[in-house]
Amino acid sequence: MTYIQIGIIYCLLAFVLDFYILKTKVLKLRMFWLSYVIVLFFQFVTNGILTKNLIVRYNDFALIGGDYSDKTPPMIGDGRLFYAPVEDVFFGFSMIVMTISIWIWLGRKNIQREPYSESPPKWWPKGHWYGTKK
Amino acid sequence: MSKFSYLGVLAFILFGTVWLEIILQARVLRKLKRLVLTITPVVILFVIWDYYAITNNHWFFDETKVTGITLIGFLPLEELLFFIIVPIAALLSFEAVRSIKQEKAGDEK
Repeated sequence: MTYIQIGIIYCLLAFVLDFYILKTKVLKLRMFWLSYVIVLFFQFVTNGILTKNLIVRYNDFALIGGDYSDKTPPMIGDGRLFYAPVEDVFFGFSMIVMTISIWIWLGRKNIQREPYSESPPKWWPKGHWYGTKK
Repeated sequence: MSKFSYLGVLAFILFGTVWLEIILQARVLRKLKRLVLTITPVVILFVIWDYYAITNNHWFFDETKVTGITLIGFLPLEELLFFIIVPIAALLSFEAVRSIKQEKAGDEK
């Protein structure tokens, strides 16, 4: 199997886990997608460091894109997104969905349900996408 | 670049998110049992993927940029730590957003 094939299987697994097995449906939560966008940004930053510097290398037979197993990959293009293979987005997405789904499911099962996340400090900005409710 | 390059990136992810536990009251790290029960199945699933990918040469690591410590025959220490630290970072981010937005996820009373 290639990297993208496994990535799609894991994403489907994460979806089935979230919707039908644990029934947590975190994929329907607005705040899941807001936190995912934040995490994805930092995934691009940290994964970019790992891949641009060839700390982690990939063989092209498993990838959509070309061979950069011993040279710096392009920032965008040839199957790369911020230096990392685009397949890494599937890897990260399935990992994050599974994690949050299991976490919420355990909370529903009353395993360390409390204390909840409390309100942020008073100086945290209000409004906008990043602020508290006005 | 040194043999601690990969570990350095992991440290950046960890220190980049732990402050959410304190400043934004994410309350993830203080629920240790729930955290361990969440991460264990995720680690198992991704170690399986990593096993397949490493033994089939999908990806490999620059030996000069990792510690070289290998667990259970194939798994670089950094990869195991990645599968623990990244889910923690994701949970801290999710709970920090919940703290700010005060929306429901279905595990409230």
